[in-house]
Amino acid sequence: MSGFTGTFRLVRLAARRDRIILPAWILGMAGFLAGTTAMFEDNYANHPQLLEADTRIVVENPGMRVLGLVTGTSVGGYSLHRDGLTLAVLAAVMSILAVVRHTRQAEELGREELLGAGVVGRYASLTSAVITALAANVALALLLGLAMVVAGQPVPGSLGGGTSIALVGVVFTGVAAVTSQLLSTTRGATGLAGGLLGLGFMLAALGNMLGTVDSAGLRVTSAWPAWLSPIGWSQQMRPFADNSWWPLALAAAMVACLFATALVLVDRRDVGRGMWPERRGPAHASAALLSPTRLVWRLQRGTLLGWSIGLLGFGLVFGALSDRIEGLKGAATEWYATFGGNADLLGAYWASMLQIAGMAVAIYVVALLLRLHHDEAQGTLEPLLSTAVSRLRWLGAYAINALAAATSLILVYAVAMGVTGGQVLGGSASLVRDLVGAALVQLPAIGVLGATVVALITVLPRWSVGLSWAVVVFSIVAGPMFGPSLGLPSWLLGLSPFTHVPNAPAVAVSPGPLIGLGLAWIALGSMGVLVMRRRNLLLPA
Amino acid sequence: MTSAVALSGLVKDFGPRTRALDHLDLRVEAGEVHGFLGPNGAGKTTTIRVLLGLLHADAGRVVLLGGDPWRDAVGLHRRLAYVPGEVNLWPNLTGGEVIDLLGDLRGGLDATRREELLERFQLDPTKKIRAYSKGNRQKVALVAAFSSDVELYLLDEPTSGLDPLMEAVFQDVVQGLRAAGRSILLSSHILSEVEALCDRVTIVRAGRAAESGTFQELRHLTRTSVVVDTVKPMDTVTLWRGVHDVRVHDRHAEFSVDPGELNDVLAHLVDLQVRSMVTSPPTLEQLFLRHYGEDLSAPDGDRDAEVVTAR
Repeated sequence: MSGFTGTFRLVRLAARRDRIILPAWILGMAGFLAGTTAMFEDNYANHPQLLEADTRIVVENPGMRVLGLVTGTSVGGYSLHRDGLTLAVLAAVMSILAVVRHTRQAEELGREELLGAGVVGRYASLTSAVITALAANVALALLLGLAMVVAGQPVPGSLGGGTSIALVGVVFTGVAAVTSQLLSTTRGATGLAGGLLGLGFMLAALGNMLGTVDSAGLRVTSAWPAWLSPIGWSQQMRPFADNSWWPLALAAAMVACLFATALVLVDRRDVGRGMWPERRGPAHASAALLSPTRLVWRLQRGTLLGWSIGLLGFGLVFGALSDRIEGLKGAATEWYATFGGNADLLGAYWASMLQIAGMAVAIYVVALLLRLHHDEAQGTLEPLLSTAVSRLRWLGAYAINALAAATSLILVYAVAMGVTGGQVLGGSASLVRDLVGAALVQLPAIGVLGATVVALITVLPRWSVGLSWAVVVFSIVAGPMFGPSLGLPSWLLGLSPFTHVPNAPAVAVSPGPLIGLGLAWIALGSMGVLVMRRRNLLLPA
Repeated sequence: MTSAVALSGLVKDFGPRTRALDHLDLRVEAGEVHGFLGPNGAGKTTTIRVLLGLLHADAGRVVLLGGDPWRDAVGLHRRLAYVPGEVNLWPNLTGGEVIDLLGDLRGGLDATRREELLERFQLDPTKKIRAYSKGNRQKVALVAAFSSDVELYLLDEPTSGLDPLMEAVFQDVVQGLRAAGRSILLSSHILSEVEALCDRVTIVRAGRAAESGTFQELRHLTRTSVVVDTVKPMDTVTLWRGVHDVRVHDRHAEFSVDPGELNDVLAHLVDLQVRSMVTSPPTLEQLFLRHYGEDLSAPDGDRDAEVVTAR
């Protein structure tokens, strides 16, 4: 009888519970990689000059180096550069959610207590969650490799590529194992791990942007910050070129350390609690809580603070790198044509960076609005609506908070970028003014996505969470960052609200697209309001 | 005086095959404490959610405090307080904050009464909701509801997590509200509680009101149980009219008797020379068991024939 007794049974339980969700994640990612790689194979296989020219663009342009590390010309390498970061983030999110689901969430919902009363060791839950997530990452590595082989790429590079993505998932399996011990809520454990993922992304992006390019212009060597990030390690595997496997050892050592730390923490805390004792709070509610709008504000403010700090950091960094864009010449400038032409390179750089931030803010807004569904399905809506609060007031409370949060997040980012950008280029005040204006035109597209989520929650409550995230992923993939280079038909691109965002500050804003987005926003929002007034609530039994 | 709650022919379906409420009738007069009894899954919570306007009735008439809860939920909710059966609250707020929040959103609460109730229920308002046990979360909901002075209280199994001491406090508070002329709908499956508190009771099973009336009226429907020892053997007891559930052991017998046949049965017993005898009045427990017992065994056709309305 050891602390690990029962681990194998719990692995089977976790596998049974995740039998749909994990295969869906893995197959979705593999399908995406297979499809895009096949498309790049189609474009470039018989046009090596074109591939070399396009590779040069993504090597020489620091903005594109945010996406990843380039090592020579190959279709496989190019595909991984375009898809790698997205897939790495998805692998990390899959792993974080899986580990938290089987550890902290089980504790929070009281299932852990029931299991712990059985013949189950103290470490069994944590260990089984880690084993499950690691197994999912092994399957992910193999299927991503297979996806690239199917799309016509060489086997060693494909396997290396799949492994490099899964490596990020492996490290964040360990990260989530630790955050699940530290914090006593599912949201806290997921949020802290997600924040560390954002930090990892920023360090890798910074390292690559500050990196150096070899004389041939086809290989980037990262600066030191990239070495602090698991995403950076993943990119150092350089599949289809060096095929180095040693970063995998680094990741294995890291996950082992993190897992050992988590085991130590398990020994030092009580089931159901975090590492810190539950604090007491006020015996009376302050006036700052006493309305639905203020209640929602109170419930989201911690998460909003975390996101604000993250966007502040990204804004400061991307602004400070503005001078590297100014000096760009030739092929490297091509990519910015999408964001308002290469006449005003800096303007196009800022436009693209603001649009990326707009997509990030949209993710925050969607997550916030999905709490409408959680309120309803998990039961906190019932006591609220049994008071003199109407359904519309409840919807309105979330809408106001979402709008305020979106506005403040995008403004924090724009101002930060303007301040550091102005410092390296001169003229902070006018740059901040330009960027603030350009940031505000991101809001209608975010509003359309938010209103879509509200409409889904009211019309299809049971399916709203999955459908909402599917809409978000589609809107980002079909948006200006990825859509045009994926060769999607224009009507499909047009369905993404991000496609219609003006390329400010590079190009003067024309009112047409904004009015169109505004009308879609109002139409979807009104649909949500009308349905919500009529339908039965989906309350827990 | 109007009724606080008047439901008639209420139908609620969840999907084409699940009928949660099947022509339910329920009437709560103003100023009365009305017990709403039924086993799990009988439709008590669904009924209350229809009364709150959270669910829409598929058919039937719903009148709450003289209004329609589906159309005028907000206005009516200012005049009522609700304690849900499953108390789901915001885990990162304190109990005190939740009490103030719910009270304020209802239109204000009485601060003195709030303190008094916290004292009586021995609830620490500075703890976070997630740190409370089930019973303490229930107390938060109870204090939040009882701190507001409203016309109608809808209580859905409000004591399922309370210990006996706290249950006594709860009964005390409800008695106080009754004395003050408030209307209360108390759903429960705890009979002693309903028996102690309620003026009238409606028994619901499988989504319909099986019986409704005062305890007096309902007791006429039940049998008296008898435990008796006699000098002569009691072989004939099974032949007597109105006698049920007989267990005889030589000169000792236990059985129950229909209310109309008590005199005849006593006459038979006198003939056998009674040595000792204990009779117990019919409790609601038996009434309850009788209903649900038959519910389990009787075929559907029979069940409808059994439905009796006392009022």
